[in-house]
Amino acid sequence: MSHWIIAPVLLPALLAPFIVLAARYHIGIQRVLSVAGILALITVATGLAWQASDGTVILYQLGDWAAPFGIVIVGDRLSTMMVLLTAVLALFVLLYAIGSRWDERGRHFHALFQFQIMGICGAFLTGDLFNLFVFFEVLLIASYGLMIHAGGNARLRAGVQYVLFNLLGSTLFLFALGAIYAETGTLNMADLANRAELTSADATVGIRIAAVLLLLVFAIKAAVVPLHFWLPSSYAEAPAPVAALFAIMTKVGAYAIIRVYTMIFPPDLEATSGLFGLWLLPAALVSLAIGMIGVLAAKKLDRLVAFAVIGSMGMVMVSISLFTPEGIAAALYYIIHSTFAAAALFLISDLVRSGRPNLHLTSMAPVAGASLTAGLFFVAAIAMTGLPPLSGFIGKLLILDAGFASPLAVWVWATILISSLISVVGFARAGSIVFWKAQSIERAEDNPLPDPPSALSYAAVGGLIALLVAYTAFAGQAHGYMTAMSKQLFAPEPYISTVVDTPGKLSKPKEGN
Amino acid sequence: MEFLIASAIGILTAAGIYLVLRLRSFPVILGVSLLTYAVNIFLFTSGRITIGASPILQKDVTTYSDPLPQALVLTAIVISFGMTAVVVMIALGSYLGSNDDHVDDPKVEPSETEDAT
Repeated sequence: MSHWIIAPVLLPALLAPFIVLAARYHIGIQRVLSVAGILALITVATGLAWQASDGTVILYQLGDWAAPFGIVIVGDRLSTMMVLLTAVLALFVLLYAIGSRWDERGRHFHALFQFQIMGICGAFLTGDLFNLFVFFEVLLIASYGLMIHAGGNARLRAGVQYVLFNLLGSTLFLFALGAIYAETGTLNMADLANRAELTSADATVGIRIAAVLLLLVFAIKAAVVPLHFWLPSSYAEAPAPVAALFAIMTKVGAYAIIRVYTMIFPPDLEATSGLFGLWLLPAALVSLAIGMIGVLAAKKLDRLVAFAVIGSMGMVMVSISLFTPEGIAAALYYIIHSTFAAAALFLISDLVRSGRPNLHLTSMAPVAGASLTAGLFFVAAIAMTGLPPLSGFIGKLLILDAGFASPLAVWVWATILISSLISVVGFARAGSIVFWKAQSIERAEDNPLPDPPSALSYAAVGGLIALLVAYTAFAGQAHGYMTAMSKQLFAPEPYISTVVDTPGKLSKPKEGN
Repeated sequence: MEFLIASAIGILTAAGIYLVLRLRSFPVILGVSLLTYAVNIFLFTSGRITIGASPILQKDVTTYSDPLPQALVLTAIVISFGMTAVVVMIALGSYLGSNDDHVDDPKVEPSETEDAT
């Protein structure tokens, strides 16, 4: 049993207190440690993804206790890819936070950042539902600190909403877990998958309620309408690098839905059949529509990006709620794309913000570096709205293609295409007001030109955009891998048998006890 | 016994939801606390209700209570306690900063009227 699979959780978990204890007054040392930690994390995550890429299920039994009695960490294709995605995103966000000096505006940015990474990686890797709850709480409590980093009244107010909404979500999560435990007597995902199959047909009430409660919890995280109300304010008011990192947090919800509803409650499971098909796809379509209409209606650039996140999560959820291998593969392709695109847009809106007093969609005199920022915005907006030639377009095509098989195919096609048009108009309007029209305004004499953003900030945003371009260029290979991943998800027997059948301490009880 | 515990969970949940819907930070935080109490009791009962049964293996004992929900509840209590402390601090900061303890968005954002021009 190799110990590498626990490293994405342990590394940040040890680094964060070290940063607090040893380097709390030295921002320079904090930065070096933090970046080094993320680089090490990327290395480990790449290794794990490589190891899992041939279909291996990496199992780690904490304390050598066998599942379902002990907690297990499991890495398959999906988990390791999400960990790698987190690590890569974290690197660019961290570089931006350093380049734009956001990390100096409050205390303990780097420590909280590492705790956040720990929670996210743990949530992706755990094989136990209650452990998933614990990692959700770890990533949430770190995100509360990051959300109100640098303070300010508007931010604190948004922070209160964010924390309260998530507390309610956590309570719901516990209700769901209690119901599942009462029905099945286990919380290990693989063991649950076995027991859910054994549920007798005339006693499915409890398990159906539990399945829906759990779906609601993950839908809150994934910001599916009507559970999306926490997102616009908190993402718009959070510091830009934090909002960019939060781009992965909605994906944690999407990941959990994919994991639980392909393995534990698969679409062909009799006990929960017909529960989600009725409303999940329509809800996803409505989120897509609301998100993109919000893009058009937004009065501030940061809110516009936040609504674009809701829209793109709607797109992911449309694809997931088809619950076909093609749909899940398309969703996975789109998840990676939309994470990078949303993060890049949040960072770009902060680049814009650095030359202006606010982010309202009004024209103001151009500032140094405006043309480069405008260029980056143009590319990122093309990616986010899904215009050719970038990866958003490919992702959307895959989702449309997967939508053919659905009985609601007409609705899927109509909503995706019309909402894309709306979002194109919204982004074009924002871009032309903020960047283009600004060229015709003279700067007042007494108004000194603010310093342009640092080269490191541009490098971080440019890196994200370059990743999007590379992701487009290698779309064939990427989609091939996503298809393999989705096949693995829809044939979970190796995963389940690896987790349940691997011996550990409790497998062979000693004689005489 | 079952009726007593079930109704306690129900009443706590109902009161919690009512308080959460009050939309001012103090009642909302109280409501969230009530909800976490409700869910803690709910988790306890998810391992079936037993009286005076031991959770640890012992000689000559045949009836056991399920130890796992007790561990889960312990975790849930610690987490909800910590989270409540965090939300109290953030809500206090927000209240002292803006002199307003509503948790929903204000009708018109003050910053919009100031520098929208």
